[in-house]
Parts: sequence; structure tokens; C-alpha cells
Amino acid sequence: MTPDQINQIAFYFFGSLAVLGAILTVTAKNIVHSAIYLITSLLATAGIFLTLQAQFLFGVQIVLYVGGIMVLFVFVIMLVNLDVSLRQIRFNRQKWVAGLLTLVLASQLGFALWFGKEAFNLAPGRTGELSAQNVQQFGRGLFERYVLPFEIASVLLLVALIGAVVMTKKRV
Amino acid sequence: MLPAIDHYLFLSLALFTIGIIGVLTRRNVIIILMSIELILNAVNINLVAFSRHWASVDGQLFALFIITDAAAEAAVGLGIIIAFFKNRETVLADEMDLLKW
Amino acid sequence: MSALIEFFTPHLWPIVFSVIIVAVLPLLAGYVVLLERKVMADMQARLGPMRVGPHGLLQPIADAVKLLIKEDIIPENADQAVFWMAPVISVTAALLAFSALAIGPVFQIADLNIGLLFIVAVSSMGIFGIILGGWSSNSHYSLLGALRSTAQMISYETAAGLALVGGVLLAGSLSTREIVQAQYDAGVWFVFAAPLGFFLYLVASIAETNRAPFDLPEAESELVAGYMTEYSGFRWAIYFLAEYANMIVVASIASTLFLGGWARPFARTPIFNFLDFAPPLIFLVVAGYCFYRAPKQPERIQAMVMALFGGLCLLLAAAMALPFVFPASKAGIHGAFWFLAKVFLYVYSFMWIRFTFPRFRFDQLMKLGWYFMIPLSIVNVLALGVALVLKDTGWHPAAALLLTNAATLLVAVWLVANAQKKAAISGPVTSRAEG
Repeated sequence: MTPDQINQIAFYFFGSLAVLGAILTVTAKNIVHSAIYLITSLLATAGIFLTLQAQFLFGVQIVLYVGGIMVLFVFVIMLVNLDVSLRQIRFNRQKWVAGLLTLVLASQLGFALWFGKEAFNLAPGRTGELSAQNVQQFGRGLFERYVLPFEIASVLLLVALIGAVVMTKKRV
Repeated sequence: MLPAIDHYLFLSLALFTIGIIGVLTRRNVIIILMSIELILNAVNINLVAFSRHWASVDGQLFALFIITDAAAEAAVGLGIIIAFFKNRETVLADEMDLLKW
Repeated sequence: MSALIEFFTPHLWPIVFSVIIVAVLPLLAGYVVLLERKVMADMQARLGPMRVGPHGLLQPIADAVKLLIKEDIIPENADQAVFWMAPVISVTAALLAFSALAIGPVFQIADLNIGLLFIVAVSSMGIFGIILGGWSSNSHYSLLGALRSTAQMISYETAAGLALVGGVLLAGSLSTREIVQAQYDAGVWFVFAAPLGFFLYLVASIAETNRAPFDLPEAESELVAGYMTEYSGFRWAIYFLAEYANMIVVASIASTLFLGGWARPFARTPIFNFLDFAPPLIFLVVAGYCFYRAPKQPERIQAMVMALFGGLCLLLAAAMALPFVFPASKAGIHGAFWFLAKVFLYVYSFMWIRFTFPRFRFDQLMKLGWYFMIPLSIVNVLALGVALVLKDTGWHPAAALLLTNAATLLVAVWLVANAQKKAAISGPVTSRAEG
């Protein structure tokens, strides 16, 4: 098996797992099952990052998204756990209109991607640079070129932290 | 070589569509938030695919910022849900109609 | 066919190592449990398990057989699929973390360039095993225990990660092999260069693995068994295995990053070369003790098992002596010995701490995590960064590190004094612990 074939197999495996997980997330009855399917989808996305040789992002996706955000989601699901939620109607009244509009949007984008795919070959991809230095490149880019967005992101996280704490505090 | 870039773009489109369907059609607010995470995830795949295509780490850097932003947004959103749940005992978007005429 | 062989050959050694780890680790975890019971007994002035096998050496096997033949009980309204899946997630996360660890310069499944980040990521996946197990059991104790355990783990995961960042700053790379190489090149273990980072990681890792004194979520007198309450038989054994495997993983990370990995103590000083004889000598002494005690056992079967154990130790001593015949294998075999010795030391200190300190109450635990550990670990990273900058501007590295570590220590003392002052003002805690 050539490396090309392995790459193709990996892409189709992780891609189909991601899409399947996403579909099940959106249509599951039980919210905790929905969360588990979302975790599967996020892990499959991490796998796709790994095949695209974004190793640091693979690690960060698992630590932050799966190990942080999804734990938060599961926590809140358990705090607002309603036994009656299993018998409630899942979809709201606008589901047909919403579905139709989404299909229109998706077909527009798909049309553009399908017939425009030669456009990406006008500037053909450069072959990969040293992917063993991914972490170093990341660090360099983060602290040299993108230091302002980095600081703004930290301020954003601080604001979110304070906001979440203030919102859920007991009002004495 | 890896699959051509448009494979990744179609995958990203599929996840994006599913996320939008989730946001627009589900009643439970927590699932709406989870679908928003799906949308952001799809955008991340797009960015990283292009970062690989053009051999530049900028795409991955911006994907990192998007993940950070998603974390902040999830935290605040879930805080709002908890605060609302303490008041009204519901997490359905249909029943959060306090300001309706 | 030949194409298949050709495909697999570069992956042969990693596959062999993976099989060894998956096969050996449950056995090793079982013997760590026995070790804990013996150490507990020793510290409580009694003997511990003595019946099964000589000195209780076959106890883990008896325990495993018992757990395997127990009835598999599933609570009535439990979510079957999630109930089945939760222990599997825990143990998968624990075992997967071993794939990036370097037990010796040769014995490593994969030298990832993000090795440490991968291990941290996979360990954070193990949290899901706990919270899903607690939820799917459909029982109040389980859910409460799971929520508390998860809250504790995510709080201390931040502190542990930041303490690791301190070590990575000194090493300059996330790859486990390069970290050990950096310690060898610098000639000093990072525990001496960043002692507060090591202390922070020690405390945070005890909390991460839900060990005493941070084991409120699974203490028997508090919540029955926390998230593990409704699990019985083999499923419980899987959770238990995951917990002890996690302990070994965390000890391995600390040994790699702070205690010098597979390097011998004083690896670069020729005076201490006599330490190279330590591995075979230690095993020879243990083998000698086994053979000495074998005839004195009360029953023949125990004498035979003891003699077998002595033979095993002789075999290991011979294996340790191999590098004196084939010098090329010295790094691999002796490296593995020193690494496992350090892991054993760390695990022993876990057990020592467990049987010494009383348990933290949950709100005390969370206060400690958020008000002391996280600020201190941030200050630690800052201080080590300053030390690196000072080193670059020409200071002697030891002086820079001494200065910054002293500053961090002052901050730590200030934080503790502050907390004590607040406790003195507000008096004993009278509010109910927030669950």
C-alpha cells in the first residue's frame, strides 16, 4: 500500500466518521447521546488535522475542544437534566423551510466548489515544508506575526470568564 | 500526496450544512450550541486544508484562534442557559419567549 | 504478500512494543495494587496480604480471577450502550498515553514531535470515561461522584499542564526523547532546575488521578464508591486498571520531564561509573533473598513459587549484566531499568502521601486548585521564562534559575499566608460544601 493510498483511506475514514457523527448529533433524541456523537465528530476532525500534518492543532483540538468544551457541555447537560426531555418534540415548526433554505445554500456552495475546483490549481500547492517543526513554526508565528490577535484572544477569554462567573453567581 | 484540496472543501461544506440544519431546526438550546460548534469545526477544517495546500502555518494559527473563540462562546452560552434554566425551568427555544408581544 | 511484509516492516518494532505494553500493563497494574497494600500494611505496622502465594505474591492473580467470574450486574434504567462504553474510554485513554512515552532510548512506540501534548490530550479524554460512567449508572451517588471527580480533574489539569509547560520551557521541545536528551546535555535533572514546577506537578498529578488526599469523589465513607458504585466484576476491574495505569502514566511523565528519564544519576560524571553495576547487583540480592527464604516457607507450593520468583530475579540480573558483554545494548537495557526505578520511586511517593495525609474536603480541594495551584503555576512559567531570557543575556544559568525560583517561592509563601489570613478572618467553614 503506497502512502497515497493510506492518505486516501485515512481521509475517507475520518471524513465519513465526522459526517456521520455530525448527522447523529443533530438528530439524536437523547442529549447525552448527542454530546457523545459530537465528541466522535470532533475526534474525527482531529484525525483529519493529523493527516494534514497539523500536529499541534491535533493536540490542541483534543485538549481544548474535546477535553474542555465538551466536558463543559456534558456538565451543563447533567445540570439541566430533565427526564421529560426524552418525550419532547425534537424539531421545531420551521423545520421544512429551514431545511429547504439550507439545501439551497449548500447547493450554491457545492456548485461553486465543483465547477471552480480548477481555480485552486492556478496557484498550485507548494509541497510541504518541515512538518517536524510544526510546533516551532506555530510558536514563531504566534509570537511574531500574530502577537496582537493572541493578546486579544486572551482578553476575550478573560471577558468570557468574568461574564460566565457573574452570570451564574448567587445574587445575595 | 494527499487528496486534492476540493475533497476537504466538500467535507467542510457537508459539516457546515449539517451544523446549519442543527441550528435552525432543533428546539433544545444545548443542541443548537453544539451545532454552532460543528459549524466552527467545519471552518477549521477548511482553514487547515488551505494551510496545507499553500504550505503556510497561518491557516492553522487562525484555526487556533477560532478554537479559542469557540471555547469562550460555549462558556458564555452555557452560562446563559444555566441562568435561564434557574428562572424558567426550560431549555427549549420555543418556550424562551419572554420578550414576545 | 511481499508488498504486505514490506509495508509492515518499518512498523514491526512499534507493533511488538504495543503488544508488550497491552499485555504487560494489566499485570503490572495488578502488582502495583499489591505493592500498595503491602506498603499500606507496612506503614500501619501490619503485614498485608500473606496468604495467597508466598508473602501474598499471587494475590493479584487471585483478585483477577475473582473479578472475572463475578456476575455482571447492570442497573435497571441504565443507558446500556454508554454504561458499557464508559470504562472502555477510561482504559483506552490510559493505555494510549503509553504510546508516546519513552521507557528507554530503544523501547518507545512512537517518537512524536508533540509527544507530551499527545499524552496530556489523551489523559484529558479519560475524564469522559468517568463522567459518562457516573451518568449512565442512573444513580445519585454515581452522578454526584462523577460530577465532583470531573470538576476536580479539570481544575487540576490546568495546573498540571502549566507545570509541564515550565519543564518544556527548559527542555525546548515537546518530544519525550529530546526532553531526556536535553537533561543529559544540561547535565542536571530538571527537578533541580525547576523544583517548584516538580512540586506543582506532583500535587496536581495526585489530584488528577483521584488519589488521596484528593480522593473525596471515590472515598468509601463519602459517596460509596463515587462513579464506580454501580460497576461490578470485570467492568469495575477495568476502571481500577485505568486508575492505576493513569498513575503509572503520570509517574512516567514526571520521570521523563523532571527526573531525567532513562539517564543514570550523574550520567556524565565518570566518578560515579560504579553505579553502572547497580542494576544486576540489585536483582542478584533479591534473588539471593528469595532462595534463602524458599526452604523456610511453611508449605512446599509456597517454597516452589518463591524459588520460581528467585529464578526470575536471576534471569533479570543476567539481562542487566548483558550490557557488560554487548556494550551496544547498555543504553537500552540499563536505560529501561533506571526509568522504571524512577517511576517506582514516584509511585511509592504517591502511596506514602496517601497513607500520611487526611482527605481534603471538596471545597477545600477546589480552593486549593484555583487559588493556589493555578496562580503559582502561572508564576512558575513566567519565572522560568525570565530565567531563560537572563541566561540568554549572559547570566550563568544556575544563578538565573536560583533567582527566579526564589522569587516563585516567595510568591508561593505569600499565597499560602494570604489564604491562612482569610481563613483566620472568616473562621471555620460553616457553609455547606458546594457540590
